[in-house]
Amino acid sequence: MHNPQLNKHGELQHLLTLDGLPREVITAILDHAAPFTEVAEREVKKLPLLRGKSIFNLFFENSTRTRTTFEIAAKRLTADVVNLNVSTSSTAKGESLLDTVDNLCAMNADMFVVRHAASGAPVLIAQHLEATGRDHIHVINAGDGRHAHPTQGLLDMYTIRHYKRDFGNLSVAIVGDVLHSRVARSQIAALTILGVPDVRVIAPKTLLPTGIEKMGVRTFNDMREGLREVDVVMMLRLQNERMAGALLPTPQEYYKVWGLTPEKLALARKNAIVMHPGPLNRGIEIDSAVADGAQAVILPQVTFGIAVRMAVMSLLAGQ
Amino acid sequence: MQLPDAETLCRQLAEQIRPNFQPNTVLIGIRTGGEWLARRLHTLLGLKGAPGAIDISFYRDDYGARGLHGRPQRADIPFSIEDAAVILVDDVLYTGRTTRAALNEVFDFGRPASVELAVLVDRGGRELPIAARYCAHILPEPLPASQNLQLEQAEDGNLFLRLVDA
Repeated sequence: MHNPQLNKHGELQHLLTLDGLPREVITAILDHAAPFTEVAEREVKKLPLLRGKSIFNLFFENSTRTRTTFEIAAKRLTADVVNLNVSTSSTAKGESLLDTVDNLCAMNADMFVVRHAASGAPVLIAQHLEATGRDHIHVINAGDGRHAHPTQGLLDMYTIRHYKRDFGNLSVAIVGDVLHSRVARSQIAALTILGVPDVRVIAPKTLLPTGIEKMGVRTFNDMREGLREVDVVMMLRLQNERMAGALLPTPQEYYKVWGLTPEKLALARKNAIVMHPGPLNRGIEIDSAVADGAQAVILPQVTFGIAVRMAVMSLLAGQ
Repeated sequence: MQLPDAETLCRQLAEQIRPNFQPNTVLIGIRTGGEWLARRLHTLLGLKGAPGAIDISFYRDDYGARGLHGRPQRADIPFSIEDAAVILVDDVLYTGRTTRAALNEVFDFGRPASVELAVLVDRGGRELPIAARYCAHILPEPLPASQNLQLEQAEDGNLFLRLVDA
């Protein structure tokens, strides 16, 4: 089957989703990210790889951390970065997504980093570029609807590999609002591709998409059962802004049953790490004592995220 | 073509460097061959600590045409570059483009007092105004572009030169 992310040589042309990517491609990105972590320690925090390239951050949905880390990653590679904020852009005046893209192509864009509330928007842009013969322009999905957030999935894998060295023997639990989470989908895809033997999903039934077992995970509706002996706990953010209707009781009740407290974390392995993609809802999905505790690697995730995004950008631009 | 013995060249190169060695002199090898050579020179010169090592993959001038390939490693410079007398160490000097990339990379770590270049072999074919201050061997005839001269390390740790088709 044709994978629209790969060019005819099997190299990564766009990064749209981790689903269906060969393990070697994911491993190569993680390997390339490692030397980029050292750049932040230099006197001059810059590499000349993307000098003279124009990267457009197209954020049709709010984001601070992801947009900022993409921006820093591009700037550390010496690219010129333009941030387009949707609330002040032409889209608000009625311009279509592809017209916006065409206009930016006319300004000689080399890469688009796209965040959109609609699943599939980055794929649409990539197909449009291919159909119009502009295959020198690359697209990175920075999160689309409930579909995928591949760079988050990659930085999570980088973090796990950094602390656990190897994926071969791990038990990993993904906890929380899986239903609305593109992060969870990218995490599950990456974990299974990299060969993690035990991937668990822990969530209330109302926040668990039907048929998720087909992705190769075990589901749990009880945190105490699901967290037992895991090596990695990946918390998800409770996405209040995507909740329509009565999927949940009050936040206080959610915290009581589904919040990660030190007492629940004690059921995991003693050296288990706790991850969270941010932003944190303290006192809802995670207790402050855990978020600020010795097992949390939430801030290293942010730092690694820059190196991983540098690796993705430099691999794409070099094809 | 009979290639010279790399271990002999290493000792000759160390003796060229020795009289000019200053208290603030540091060695930085360009991966991979230059890193082996820098470690060898370090031992021959009786220096303490470890030499620096850089991987110029991120500074290559042909990234636009060739992209990233191989497996770049992180730079490892365990000392301050500021006001140091840097000797860049590479196995083979050819077009000079690697040296240029290495110069750019070194300056991203600070402002050295000076930078010199030490190479085992000059194979000719320069495309940039770059010359080595220390050079153990100059090939009598420049090598054709179809051939690569490279330093390799045997299993017993000994260094040797090898000619391969590019």
